[in-house]
Amino acid sequence: MTTTGTDTHRGSPTCLPIRSDMDLMWIRQEVRRLATEAQFSLVQQTKLVTAASELARNTLVHGGGGHMEATVLNEGVHTAVRLVFADSGPGIADVDQAMSDGYTSGGGLGLGLGGARRLVHDFRLDSEPGRGTTITVVMWHGGVPPTRQAI
Amino acid sequence: MWLPQAHVPVLRLDDVLLVAIQGDLQDKNAERLQYDVLRHIADNPATGVVIDISSVEVVDSFLGRVLAEIAAGAGLLAAQTIVAGMRPTVAITLVELGLTLTGLRTALDVQSALRMLREHPAPAAREHGERGAYDNDRD
Amino acid sequence: MRVSEQQIGDEWSSASQVGQALRHRREQIAQRWADAPLFRTVFTVSRDEAVEACKAVLDALAEVAEAGRVEDVDAPGFFVVREQLARMSASRARTGLSPAQIAGEVAALRSSAVEHLTAELEQEPTAVVHGALLALTTLMGTLRLVVMETALSDGAELINRQRQQLLEVATPVIKLWDGIVAVPLIGTLDSARSQVVMESLLEAIVAQQAKYAILDITGVPTVDSLVAQHLMKTVAAARLMGAECVVSGVRPAIAQTIVQLGLDLGGVVTRATLADALAFALRGLGVGFGPTSQGAVAR
Repeated sequence: MTTTGTDTHRGSPTCLPIRSDMDLMWIRQEVRRLATEAQFSLVQQTKLVTAASELARNTLVHGGGGHMEATVLNEGVHTAVRLVFADSGPGIADVDQAMSDGYTSGGGLGLGLGGARRLVHDFRLDSEPGRGTTITVVMWHGGVPPTRQAI
Repeated sequence: MWLPQAHVPVLRLDDVLLVAIQGDLQDKNAERLQYDVLRHIADNPATGVVIDISSVEVVDSFLGRVLAEIAAGAGLLAAQTIVAGMRPTVAITLVELGLTLTGLRTALDVQSALRMLREHPAPAAREHGERGAYDNDRD
Repeated sequence: MRVSEQQIGDEWSSASQVGQALRHRREQIAQRWADAPLFRTVFTVSRDEAVEACKAVLDALAEVAEAGRVEDVDAPGFFVVREQLARMSASRARTGLSPAQIAGEVAALRSSAVEHLTAELEQEPTAVVHGALLALTTLMGTLRLVVMETALSDGAELINRQRQQLLEVATPVIKLWDGIVAVPLIGTLDSARSQVVMESLLEAIVAQQAKYAILDITGVPTVDSLVAQHLMKTVAAARLMGAECVVSGVRPAIAQTIVQLGLDLGGVVTRATLADALAFALRGLGVGFGPTSQGAVAR
């Protein structure tokens, strides 16, 4: 028996490099395109693009560059965009500290990670010192489904 | 819809500098703008700087910081900075991000910004300081 | 488990027998189904309408059975009737039935189909009849799933739409003066609502070129820290756009709660009534009230 109603269908992911501040512009453009494709409202689009900009800059500045993988997900009537930012930089020793507002190791405002988390529905940070950092965020359209399988 | 802007020109209207940011700005060009504005004021004193961001679709913490620093730097050179025309979507996102830029003066559009500069060349109080306090609205 | 080709062949022929039987007994089964609540209460124009709807479903079932896909909710045969099924389940849902109850009504259709299938296969050996009955049972179970699926996705859509409409209806933004807009808040401010309030107020600020925005909380029963936070966010966002927010309708009880909870409305202009807030905004715009004039006059 198939259960199409609860399966998560994934579009093919797009992968963009994060090597320079020019790449950040491409990332913002691509995320805007996907958010529009997922029929997000203008506010949601702006929130997701802003979060992507913060996270991509984090990958660039603190991770020494990396890449972003973006996927549009469909779960029943719910649509989502999932973004994965990965770097193989020094990693984050104290995740809680890095997530807190005002904490910065790079001369910014220290709002990047904590701020980005407030802009999206799901946020996951995996990091190990010396092994790099992977941050996964998901933004849902039409409300967060009861069973979140996307992350 | 997406317009990369290489270089932001700084225009002068009498003693007011007018900067219109169009579309998406690369980090290094934002930093260059910051330098350009201060350079203009230093070369030829201005009483006000109006930054029109009505075409800007995304302001992240980096661009937010650049705006705050332009205002702070211009303040040191005795020029008032007003950020004009922020879109509702951008305002909502910045507040959610935790960046309320309380030290910045704002206006609905360039016209009201110019009027503000004419009518109140120096605001009574800059209670939050020049650098701007970054309020963190935590959930 | 090892499945022999013989078994697969049997299943296939059982399914196609069910398909043939459904086509052969189409008229009789449709007449019975038309009296079932699932059809009778949805197709109310005439009995013929209900019978036609039954036939459409029967044709779909027959096609699915003949294709040997009795277990497949995505079988192409269902496509034609999917919309009709969605309309039926939505209609039943509107009368207050839960998806499980709707599924129950679908399951109830099985018995008359079984009767006719048994009658149709009277001459066949018991094993064949059993095989066909099993196939029919599976097929009806699949139909139930298809209906459940449409009912659930339809329901979710309906709920989302209604929620959105309710939010929009509940937050009208009013222009009080050139450059002054107000939104009277009524009822509890949850996250979704405050988001809509914030968006519509900010949109109105742009549309009306409003220098002042008044948030009237007279109709908000309680102000807790969450509500206060939503108000603060709206005020901060309006300020970023170059407009000033005034919170009005702060009743004594609410003022007391705010103080007792130690909530910080730092920097937010508050007024007791909407009239006070309007007066504040008008003064800010430089609109004066002459002592002898009837209304406000611009200075």
